[in-house]
This record gives sequence, C-alpha cells and structure tokens, in this order.
Amino acid sequence: MKWEVVMGLEVHLQLATKSKIFSGAANRFGAEPNIQACAIDLGMPGMLPVLNEQALQYAVMFGLGVGAAIGKRSVFDRKNYFYPDSPKGYQVSQFFEPIVGEGLFDVPMSDGSLYPVRITRAHLEEDAGKSVHDAFADQTGIDLNRAGTPLLEIVTEPDFRTAEQAVAYLKALHSLVTYLGISDGNMAEGSMRCDINISLRPEGTDELGTRTEIKNVNSFRFVERAIEVEVERQQDILEDGGRIIQETRLYDADKNETRSMRSKEVANDYRYFPEPDLLPIVIDDDYIESIRELLPELPGPKRGRFVDQYGLGDYDAALLVSARPMADYFEATVAASNEAKLSANWILGDLSAAMNRDELSIEECPVAPELLAGLVKRVADNTLSSKLAKQVFEGLWQGEGSADDIIESRGLKQVSDSGALEAMVDEVIANNPAQVEQYRAADDGKRKKLSGFFVGQIMKASKGQANPQMLNELLSRKLDS
Amino acid sequence: MNHSDLSYASAKKLSTMLKQGDVSALELTSHFLDRIRQLDGPLNSLITVSEEHAITAAKAADKALSDGTATPLTGIPLLHKDIFCTKGIKTTCASHMLDNFVPPYDATVVSRLNAAGTVTLGKTNMDEFAMGSSNETSFYGAVANPWDTDRVPGGSSGGSAAAIAAGFAPLSTGTDTGGSIRQPAALCGITGLKPTYGRVSRRGIIAFASSLDQAGPMTRSVEDAALMLNAMCGIDDGDSTSADIAVPDFTTLLEQDIAGLRIGLPKEYFSNDLDPQVSAQIHAALAELEKEGAKLVDIELPHTHQGIATYYVIAPAEASANLSRYDGVRFGHRCDDPKDLMDLYERSRSEGFGDEVQRRILVGTYALSAGFYDAYFKKAQQVRRIIANDFQRAFEQVDIIAGPAAPSVAFKKGEKAADPLAMYMEDVYTLSVNLAGLPGMSVPAGMIDGLPIGLQLIGRSFDEQTLLNAGHRFQQRTDWHLNTPTLAGAIS
Repeated sequence: MKWEVVMGLEVHLQLATKSKIFSGAANRFGAEPNIQACAIDLGMPGMLPVLNEQALQYAVMFGLGVGAAIGKRSVFDRKNYFYPDSPKGYQVSQFFEPIVGEGLFDVPMSDGSLYPVRITRAHLEEDAGKSVHDAFADQTGIDLNRAGTPLLEIVTEPDFRTAEQAVAYLKALHSLVTYLGISDGNMAEGSMRCDINISLRPEGTDELGTRTEIKNVNSFRFVERAIEVEVERQQDILEDGGRIIQETRLYDADKNETRSMRSKEVANDYRYFPEPDLLPIVIDDDYIESIRELLPELPGPKRGRFVDQYGLGDYDAALLVSARPMADYFEATVAASNEAKLSANWILGDLSAAMNRDELSIEECPVAPELLAGLVKRVADNTLSSKLAKQVFEGLWQGEGSADDIIESRGLKQVSDSGALEAMVDEVIANNPAQVEQYRAADDGKRKKLSGFFVGQIMKASKGQANPQMLNELLSRKLDS
Repeated sequence: MNHSDLSYASAKKLSTMLKQGDVSALELTSHFLDRIRQLDGPLNSLITVSEEHAITAAKAADKALSDGTATPLTGIPLLHKDIFCTKGIKTTCASHMLDNFVPPYDATVVSRLNAAGTVTLGKTNMDEFAMGSSNETSFYGAVANPWDTDRVPGGSSGGSAAAIAAGFAPLSTGTDTGGSIRQPAALCGITGLKPTYGRVSRRGIIAFASSLDQAGPMTRSVEDAALMLNAMCGIDDGDSTSADIAVPDFTTLLEQDIAGLRIGLPKEYFSNDLDPQVSAQIHAALAELEKEGAKLVDIELPHTHQGIATYYVIAPAEASANLSRYDGVRFGHRCDDPKDLMDLYERSRSEGFGDEVQRRILVGTYALSAGFYDAYFKKAQQVRRIIANDFQRAFEQVDIIAGPAAPSVAFKKGEKAADPLAMYMEDVYTLSVNLAGLPGMSVPAGMIDGLPIGLQLIGRSFDEQTLLNAGHRFQQRTDWHLNTPTLAGAIS
C-alpha cells in the first residue's frame, strides 16, 4: 500500500523581549541557575503577573507577518499541571481566545515554487524552567531562569506531506521571525522548538490516521531525520496490521529513533480556565496599524521585489532574502556596482563558498559590499576575466584592499589593448608556421580544436591576462584570412 | 492618660493626641503590645507579634511627628491579617504549609500603610488560607470571640475582628473573598469595609480566589475606616486587576447630609432564613437612617440564593490553581525524606493543608475537570453575571442596599464545624457582593443577648464614599460601635 504522510507543526518561539512575559526579570539565555528569576517567576505567594507589552507587540507583529487575523480580544488561561519546573503548578497560556488567529504563510521551496501553509493560531504563553538531571547525584536540580520567558506557540494545520516541506516551513519561519526581530530563532539554544504531529493514511483517502507527537526537536536536520524514522516506524506498524498509539514521543538523535515518553504528558487533563490575575487583552485597529508601521519589508514581498526589480530568478531571490543581513548585503553591493545579476552570482557563489569554508556568517564577512562591488564592476567592464576575478576575490578575502588595488599590486589586469594583443598574435603565428599550416588545412570542426594551441601560447605569453574574447576574435581573423 | 481610654480610642483621636504630643508613638506601641501580651491568651487573635519591627517603626513615627512630616496615620498601631506578606515577618496564612515562610517583600497594602507611618504590631489569626467563616480552620488554633470566648469571631478575618474588638489596636487589615471582612466585623461588633474589586491592590496578598479577593480596613468606626482606606487604595502596576480610577479623600464627605438617600431592602435578605431577632434589630437600625432622611425602598435580588452555589464553584476552582504552588519544591512545608516526586507532592500537600483547604481544592479541581467544566465552572460564570445584573438593576432604583451582614449572632465554637454546608450559609448575605465586585460594609447595629450584630450596606461599584457617608451618619446617631466587651484578665 502507498501511504500518505500527514503532518502539522507546533513551534514554540521564545520572544526576544528585554524582560519576561509577566515580570521585570531579564530575559536572557545562559546565566547561572536561578539568578534571573524574580519572586513572580518563582511563583512566590501573593505575587501577580503583569503582561509585558513588548511580548504582545511581538505577537501582533508575527500575526501581521503571516497575514493572520489579530484577536481584538484575547484572554490568558491557566493550564494546570504539577511539575517541579512549573513554579505555580500552572502555566499561563491562551487556550480559548488566542492573540493570533488563522493565517496563510507562503513557504519558498528549493525549486523556486511557493508552498502555502495554513496557520491555525498563535498564542502567547510563559515558558517553564528546566529540570537539571545531571548536576547532583540522585537528585534533580531546578533552574528557573527560563521560567516566564515569553513564548509564542505557532500551530499549523496538517498541511505537510514531506519532511522537505516541514523543514522549508521552519526555515521560512526562522527567516520571518528574525526579519521581524521578535526572536533570534536559535534552535540549538531552544529559542525555536518544534513539535511534529505526524500520522499516515492510505494514499487517496481523506480520513486522518492516529497521530503521534514528537516533542522538542531542536535542529532542522533533526526535524528531517525524526520525520523519516517516525514515518518508517509507523509504516512498519501499519503494514504489519498494527495500530498506532496516540502518544508523545521523543527523538533521540544519537540512536536516530523516536521513543515513547512515559512521563507526565500522558492523557493529562489541564483544567484550563481564564486566568483571573490578568485582564483580557483588548486592542483596536489603531493599535494594530501602529504595529504594522513598525514592520520591515518581509521575506515574501522582498523576494518578489528582487525578482521584479533586479531580474533575479525565483530561487536566487529566495536564497538572498532568507536572511535579512544577506539581503541587505546584496542590495548594498548592487547600489555600489549597478550590477544586480552579477552581484547575486558572486554573493551566492564565491562569497558564500568562502563564508562556508571559514564558517563565517554574512555579518562576519571580511569583504564589505562596497569592496565586492568593486570586483563586480571590473568583471562587468571586462577588466577581469572570470579566472582573474577569482584571484582578485582571494585578495579581497585576505584584506589586500580594493579590487583595483589588488589588480594593480598582483598585476592581474586583463590585456584588452587591441594593438598589444595583435602584436602577440602575430608573433605566435610567425613562430609556429607548422601549426598554422595544419590549422588552415583542417575543416571547421577541427579548426576549433586546433585554435586552442594558439590561445594557450598567447595566454602563456600574457601571463593569463589576455582578454579571452578579444583574443578569439583576433585569432580567427588572422588565421582564417 | 487612662490606659483603657487609649485601648479603645479611635485612630482619629490617637492621631490628634500624637500630633499634640499627649502621647508618643513609642508609648502607644508599648501600651498595645503590653495589652496583647496580657490579654490575647484566651482569644488567640494573633499568630505573630512583631515587637522589634513595631518599636523601630514607632521610633521612626515619633521622628516624623517631630519633623512635621507626619500623615494622619503616623504612629497609629495596626495589625495585619496573616495573609498579607510582610517583609521579614513570618506570614503563614494560618497554614502549616507556610509555618516557615518569611516573605522577602511587603504586600502593596503593607508598604502603603508603612509609608503612611502606621506601626505594625503583629499578624492576626485567620481561617487557613482564608477558607472558613468561623476562624476554626487555623493551623494555630481557633480564635475566640471577645464578647463570649465560647463563641467564634466569624471568619476568615476572625483574628483581626477579635483583636480590634479587644482593643489590641485601632486598625487592622482584613481580606474579603465571600464575606471574610464583613461577617467577622458583624460578629465582633466592629466596622469592616470590603472595597470594590480592584480598588485595593492584591499584590502580596496570598491568593485564595483571585477574582473575588479584596482587602479592606477593619476598625472601630466608619471614620477610621475612611482614614485607613485612603492609605490603602489606588492603582498598582504590580496588580493588573487594580483599577485605574481616581481615589477621593474618603474622609471629606463623611458628614454630608443623607436626606433623600434611597436605601434598598432586598426581600431575599429578610426571608425566613434570617433570625427574627436579627431582623428586628436591623429594622431598628434602618429606622435610625430614616430619621436621617433616608428613604427605604423594597427591592429584589432574585438570585441571592444561587450565589452560594456559584461562589462555591468559582472560589474553589480558582483556589485549586492558586494553591498548586505549594508543592514542597521551593518554599513552605516539605515532607521528610520523599521517596520520589509524587511522594513529595502528596505528603507535602497532605501534611501542609488542613481539611477545609483540601476539601476546597478537591471541589475546585472537580469543577474544572474535563467533562464538568461546562456544567460547573462555565455555568457558575454565567450565573455570576446574572447576579451582577441583579445588583445593577437594583441600583437603578436605589443608592445603596442594606441588610444583615450575617444570618445570626456569633455561634458556638464547634457548632457548625462538622457541617460545611451550614457554615457556607453564614455567607449568604455577603458573597453575592463579591461575585458582583461591589463595595460592602458592616457596621455594629445592635446587641442580642450581649452579642453584636452588623448592618450591611452595599454600594455601587467604586462608590465607597456613599457607604462611608451613610455609615458615619449612622454612627453619629448610635453608640453600638462604642460598645466594648469585658475581657478575662482585663484591669478595667
């Protein structure tokens, strides 16, 4: 039987607010345990939550970013469960009336197409602390620094059929939230955590199969692998006539398998009810419009503009806009060079390759856009052949100055002076009468091959700096005559 | 200065004496601390006496008095219900669970009263986590009513009411979730005001039922209540539900004429459930208000009796979540040698919470459970709105509503302890006011067989002013609030 995979994703996004969602404690990653938790975060008696307006603003920005309906009225609820890293015994979340409603999000795929994903909702909630199991023998430590970190939980419809789509969605989401500046989207540090709901059904049927939920997958690569192994596991069970148990599973990257979580999550009744310590959030159109004015140009519209304005292909445009610093770098290069396609090729080609090789991000790139533009201009005006240009680029990367400086100091200028070239061509023809003879006797097909000898000789004589195009023209004119 | 005069003097009078130098804040503090030490044994109205803090505060008050920076409350001794977090002073909520809890912060109300110069003498006994109407559920033992030590003082702010009645301080804070200020005030013959929900910050008050809890003054006169309320009120950026609404000086309009004031008498408050003697006394009190020119109007609050069921779904539901933080992990009682996490939770909570608290956690958890939420919690929320609408409709006809604060005088200790439903009936006249978020006040309005009764006045939202005005005019005409009990061991 052919199976169709059906997946929906839930992403917990930590919002990069200055302070926590309901307290004034700093919202930062990586401090000593329990020093960034105040009385509110610790759930001390009598302490009350006060909503951080920045968290609300970020949630609205996200909603606008995915074209979703913004809840003019949204309400916090208490989600009740006991766990040592949940200080109050309940999590303040939004269950009945979330801040962000339905939206539609276009995800760029590697073939340049867009895959629309339906956003079900996104709601604000507080993160829990962390249980630390390896710090004390036979005891569990509790670190509440993370308690109260603002989270936006983004839920999709079951619109994914392949791991590739799921990963593309997560990458696009990462791109969106970093553009918005509402999160650093760092999966390794837990700023973006992904739960995958996954089920299989016979291809061609509509009814959803029983799903499992894989919790807290923390890299794009693991998402892909977790999906692969879970699909395989479910498929094996179904093909053996078995049934899938609805449960929460964990992906173990070391063993590359998913396994059932035995603990707290099983069939919990969270007893949601409206949080009486917080008033409903009521916002109006003016507020929403004031937030809309804060939005930067987002990846989707920017992608379209790059195609229209610069004549780039869909795929190149999508690559360039995926991270805002990259897009900014591109536009700065174009502004200085006036060469859009050539700039794109250099950025996505040699520059990206060098950054990957040296493990640098675009922000850390040693070649400023203006310097790369200098190189692009010299390629465009034929001062440099592509071969010479690569040498100049190496010079730029090593910090040897501008492209023109490097051309000068390394003596890499292409010889395009027709007089000088002609003299070289004449000399080679004069010195190699046998080859000239052979060439002239050959037919067109063979001549092309034989001309390589002369090109090689002249390139050698010019130290590779002869303008190849002019050289070819001159050669064929002289030899064919 | 005669000591018994000091013991039962109003805060207003003490304030004048302090300003005139007739007495120092330190002398006042010593006087009340001595009196507590001497007389509180049989009453058990205090859990903690904070002598050191009091003396430091009294000295600071004396300095402010001599510097001329004193407020009307500077140097006035005061007690806090042990539900208010007090920095550096043990705050137990009368529970074994918090027997070892010393908060590193003050409740907003506490810091406001401190800023006004009051001197905190100690923390008063109460029903555990404010769950009770007789002050019999305290981990620290029951409180006795100063008028008859075999009887209860009411609850949950029973310690505060008893202490004020016993002359241990002129002022105390209380909290009222379903009548916990007004009912003990009535049973102990003092004045107690529950302000409008949102009028006073809840920050730092240990939560029972967050949508109902409200702190207020418990005093010997309406005038003192107004004075104290001035210092307690106002928006607090630490409590999202505190109201951003102007706070008047509640003392300025006390003397205002109440001629023409329309007082509504809900027929449901004067039904057969009401002790006929109480009914007669309340009518007599209302006649005094009529003499002031007020007009009595018969009204209806048709869903009064649904209030009890509604309250006993919503309050336990919120409490069940509010009390989840007491898990033995970070603070409060922790069982010895837990085997594992579940054992830690189960034994810490079973040992730390008393029966009534556990009963309400169970009820609340049940009411919120999957499959029961709609039938209980959601339904209760709907009825709550209907009850609020009843009041709103009534206030189209009248300016304030009057009735008894409790169905009878103080009952005997143990009399209702075994019957939770009979105990819950104690609050039949008070808890609808919490459900509707309105201000309510109890003032002493008569005596039956040597036991006080209270007249309850209920006002429009954020109109404490009219209640205080009517209550003050009533106390200008009557002496009920000046009655004092005879205490065992008292010199005079």
